[in-house]
Amino acid sequence: MEHSDLLVDWSRAQFALTALYHWLFVPLTLGLTFIIAIMETIYVKTGDEKWKTITKYWMGLLAINFAIGLATGIIMEFEFGTNWSNYSWIVGDIFGAPLAIEGLMAFFMESTFFAVMFFGWDKVSKKMHLTSTWLVAIGSNLSALWILLANGWMQHPVGMHFNPDTARNEMQDFSAIFFNPTGVSKFLHTISSGYVLASLFVIGISAWYLLKKREIQFARRSILVAASFGLITSLFMLTTGDEAAHQVALTQPMKLAAMEGLYKGEERAGIVAIGLLDTSKEIGDTLEPFVFSFEIPSALSFLGYHNFNAFVPGIDDLVYGNKKHNIMSVSEKMTQGKIALHALKLYKEYKKQNNMPQAAEALKLFEAHEKYMGYGYLKNAKDAVPSVALSFYSFHTMVGLGTWFILLFILVLYFTMINEMHNKKWLLYLSLFTIPLGYVAQECGWITAEAGRQPWAIQDLLPVGMATSNVATTSVMITFWLFAILFTGLLIAEVKIMLKQIKIGPEEH
Amino acid sequence: MNITLLDLQTYWWLLVSVIGALFVFMTFVQGGQTLLYTLGRTEDERDLLINSLGRKWELTFTTLVMFGGALFAAFPLFYAVSFGGAYFVWMAILFCFIIQAVAYEYRKKPDNLYGEKFYERLLYINGSLGIFLIGVALATLFSGGNFIVNSMHYSMWTKPTYGLEALANPFNVAFGLMLVFLSRVQAALYFFNSVNEASIIKRVKNVVKINFLLFLPLFLYVVAVILFSDGLIYDPVTKVVSVESMKFLHLFLDLPFLLVLFLIGVLTLLYGVYKALFKNSQKAIFLTSFGTVLTVTIVLFILGVHNSVFYPSLVDIQSSLTIQNSSGSFYTLSVMSVVSLLVPVVLAYVFVVWRAMDAKKITIDEIKSDPHHY
Ligand code: HDD
Ligand code: HEM
Ligand code: HEM
Repeated sequence: MEHSDLLVDWSRAQFALTALYHWLFVPLTLGLTFIIAIMETIYVKTGDEKWKTITKYWMGLLAINFAIGLATGIIMEFEFGTNWSNYSWIVGDIFGAPLAIEGLMAFFMESTFFAVMFFGWDKVSKKMHLTSTWLVAIGSNLSALWILLANGWMQHPVGMHFNPDTARNEMQDFSAIFFNPTGVSKFLHTISSGYVLASLFVIGISAWYLLKKREIQFARRSILVAASFGLITSLFMLTTGDEAAHQVALTQPMKLAAMEGLYKGEERAGIVAIGLLDTSKEIGDTLEPFVFSFEIPSALSFLGYHNFNAFVPGIDDLVYGNKKHNIMSVSEKMTQGKIALHALKLYKEYKKQNNMPQAAEALKLFEAHEKYMGYGYLKNAKDAVPSVALSFYSFHTMVGLGTWFILLFILVLYFTMINEMHNKKWLLYLSLFTIPLGYVAQECGWITAEAGRQPWAIQDLLPVGMATSNVATTSVMITFWLFAILFTGLLIAEVKIMLKQIKIGPEEH
Repeated sequence: MNITLLDLQTYWWLLVSVIGALFVFMTFVQGGQTLLYTLGRTEDERDLLINSLGRKWELTFTTLVMFGGALFAAFPLFYAVSFGGAYFVWMAILFCFIIQAVAYEYRKKPDNLYGEKFYERLLYINGSLGIFLIGVALATLFSGGNFIVNSMHYSMWTKPTYGLEALANPFNVAFGLMLVFLSRVQAALYFFNSVNEASIIKRVKNVVKINFLLFLPLFLYVVAVILFSDGLIYDPVTKVVSVESMKFLHLFLDLPFLLVLFLIGVLTLLYGVYKALFKNSQKAIFLTSFGTVLTVTIVLFILGVHNSVFYPSLVDIQSSLTIQNSSGSFYTLSVMSVVSLLVPVVLAYVFVVWRAMDAKKITIDEIKSDPHHY
C-alpha cells in the first residue's frame, strides 16, 4: 500500500522529534550512573562522608534527568506500532524480541534498583546500596544494548529470511542478530558517547562552582573523577566511531558517500575536514560539490576500508552504476525489485487458486530477485539518495566536536593534576560552554545515522514510504504538535529545576 | 515431547495475560493518585501519600512498557493493527503516562515552573483518564475494532475517529470505569497497609466502601456481557471465523478449570474487601491483589484458547485476529520462551527489594528527614 508523501513526511518528522527529545536525556543517564557508581564506591572504600555528599548531589541531578527520560521513552516503543504499523508487522518477528528482552532484562532492573538507590540509604546496608547503584548503571546500559541491536539490524539486516506466505521477515538466527557487527559497534560507540557527555556535564558544572569560588573541594574531586573517566572513554569513543564508519562503508556505501559529500568515487579518497556544500549541485552533473573545502588526502579510504588505496564509491557511482568496480545501478536494482514484487503477487494469487505448480514457479522467480525487493517500491533512482547536506554537516559536526572533547579532557586532567584548574579561568569557561556542545554532538550522531539511512526504514528491504501506518495525515500532524508542545514544556521545566538545584549546590545533609 | 507452534502461541498468550493482569494490579498507584485530596487533608499527609506511591510508580510504568513489548514480540500483527489503527486511543493513553513520569520528581522541586498543583493534576489525569482509556482499550479485545487486514497483512482502520469510536460502546465504557474504581479500592487498601498515620487510616475504609460499591455493578455487567453475548470462533483447519452465541459461556463450560480459577479469583477479591471492611484487616491488600491478578489473567486468557478470537473486526470478521494468525514465527517464539525463564528471577528480586524497602511503614517524620523525598 502506497502512502502519500505528506503522511510519510509527518510520520518521519514525528519520529525524529520524539527520538531527538528522548536522546537529550538518555546519554546523560548512561554515563552519569557510572560516574555516580564510581563515586559511591570511593565513599564505601574510604568511608569519607564528603564522597557521600558528592554522590548524593549528582544522584539528585540524575533523578531529574531520569524522570523526563522515562517520559520521552515510553512513547518511542509504542510509536513503532502507532506510526510504523506496516513496518511493525514486516519486522515484528525480529524486532519484537530485542524490545521485549530489553523490558524484561533492563527496564525492570533499572526501575527496581532506582528506588533503592534513592530511598534506600537508611533502609538497606551500605553494600546493598552500592550494589543497587551499580545495577542501575548496568541496567541502563543493558537497555541501550537491546535497542541498539534492533537499530543495528535496521541498518544491516541479518539472521532472517523473507517468508512469502506471511509476507514478512522471520528470524532464523538469533545469534547473528546479537553479534551483528553493525549492532555491536553501534552499541559500543553509543554508550561511550554517553560516558563522554556525562563527563562533560560533571566537569562543566563543577567548573561553574570554581568560577563562583564555591564548593571548591567538591568541585575538584568531581572533576578529577569525571576527567579521568572522560579521557579514557573518549578514546574508546574514537575507536568505536572509527569502527562505526568502517561498518557503514561495508554495508551502507550510500550513507558513507552522503556523509562525505562524495559524488565521484575514487581511490585514495580524502576526507573533507571542513567544507561548504554547493547547494546547486545535483546528482550526476559535473559541478564541484564544494564551494570550498579542506581535504585530508586518502583519509576516507583508510577510515572506511582500513586501506589507504581502497576505492570509495561516490553517489553517482551508486546511482548510475560502475562497471569497473562492479556496482549495480539503482535502476537495475529497481527493475529486479519490480520483478520480485510482481512474482510475489502472482505467487499469492496462484496459491489462492490452489494452482501449486504455477505458484512454485512464481516463487522461484521471486527468490531469484528477492535481494532487491525493496528497490521495487522506489519510483525514481534518485530517491535512493539521502539528504547530503544533513548527513555531511551532522557527521562533520560530530567528529569535529569529538576531537575538541578529547583535547578538553586532556587539558582539564592536566591542570587538575598540577592543582591549577581553579586558577585557569579560560579553561573553566570553556568547560562550562562545552556542555551544550556535548548535546549537539549527540544529536548530530543520530541524524547522521538515521537521516543517512533514508529512504530505507530497513536498509534495501523496506523504504519508509511502505512502512507507515494507514492513518490520516492530519492525525499525525495533531500528535506531532502535541508532542512538540508537551515535550518542550517539560524540557523547560526540567532545565529550570536542574539550574535551581545546581545553584543550591551540594549542601551537607 | 513435541512442542507445537500452537503450544508456543498459547504460552505467550498466557504470559501476555499475566503481564496484563500484573499491570492491572499495579494500577493501585494510579488509584492512589486520584485519592490524594480525598485521603490527605494537609500538605504533610499528601506528601506522605505521594511518597508511599513514589517508590512503586516506576514499576507500574515498566509493567505497562513490558506489556506492550511482549505483545509486539509475540503478536506483532496485533501491535500493527491496533496501535496503528486505534491511533487516538493509544496516543491519548501514552500522553497520560508521559505526564506521570515527570510529576513525582518535579512536584516538590523549587522553581518547577508550573507549581505543585499542576503536577498533582497531572497525576490525577494519569490516574483517572489514563486508567479509564486502558480499560476501554482492553475492552475492545472483546467488543472489537474497525479494521481490515489484507493478504499482505497490511491493515487499515475504517473509521476516521481512529479508535475514539470505542467510547460510544457502553461495554467499553463500563470496562474502563470498572478499572478506575478497582484501582481506587486497591489504592485505599494499599495505604491501609503501608502508611502509618492515624488521620489517613481513619478515612480509608469509607473510600474502600464507596468505590467498591461503584465497582461491583460494573463488574457484574461486564461479566454478564462477556458470558451471554455473541462471540467469534474460528475453525482451526480452514481458519474461517464465524459467530457463536454465548461463546465464552460455552468456553467456561467446556473448560471448567478456567471457570474454577476465575471464581477463586473473584471470591478472593470479595473476601479481601470483606476482611478490610469488617475485620479491620490491614493485610487485605494481599488477598485483593491475588484475586485481581487471577481474575484478570483468566479474563484475558480465555481470548486465546478454545479457538477464540482475541481481537474481533467489526467490519470484516475474517480479518479478526487470533493467536494463530497474528503471532511471531516458531523460531522467534522459541527463542523468547527461553528468555521468558527470566521472569521468575525478575519477580523474585522485585519481591526481595520491596520487602527490604517496605519493612517499616512509612511515616511523615521519615519523609521530613529524607532530603530526597518526592
Ligand atoms: C558525544 C557524542 C559523539 C561524538 C563526540 C562522536 N560520536 Fe559518533 N555518534 C554518536 C555520538 C558521538 C552517537 C549519538 O552515539 C551515534 C548515533 C548513532 C550511533 O550509533 O551512535 C553516532 C554515530 C556515528 C556514526 C554513524 C553510525 C551509523 O550510521 O550507523 C559514525 C560513522 C560515527 N559516529 C563516527 C564518529 C567518529 C569517527 C567520531 C570522532 C571522534 C565520533 N563519531 C564522535
Ligand atoms: C539509542 C537508542 C536508545 C537508548 C540507548 C535508550 C536508552 C534508554 C535508557 C537508558 C532509558 C532509561 C531512562 C533514561 O535514560 O532517562 C530509556 C528509557 C526508555 N526508552 Fe529508550 N533508549 C533509546 C531509544 C529508544 C527507542 C527507539 C525506544 C523505543 C522502543 C525506547 C524506549 C524507551 C522506553 C519505553 C523507556 C522507558 C523505560 C522504563 O519504563 O523504564 N528508547 N531508554
Ligand atoms: C534515540 C536515539 C535516536 C534518534 C535521535 C533517532 C533519530 C531519528 C531521526 C532523526 C529519524 C528521521 C529520519 C528521517 O526521516 O530523515 C528517525 C527515524 C526512525 N528511527 Fe531513529 N533515532 C534514534 C534511535 C532509534 C532506534 C534505537 C531505533 C530502532 C530501534 C530507531 C528507529 C527509527 C525508525 C523506525 C524511524 C522511522 C523510519 C525512518 O525514517 O527510517 N531510531 N530516527
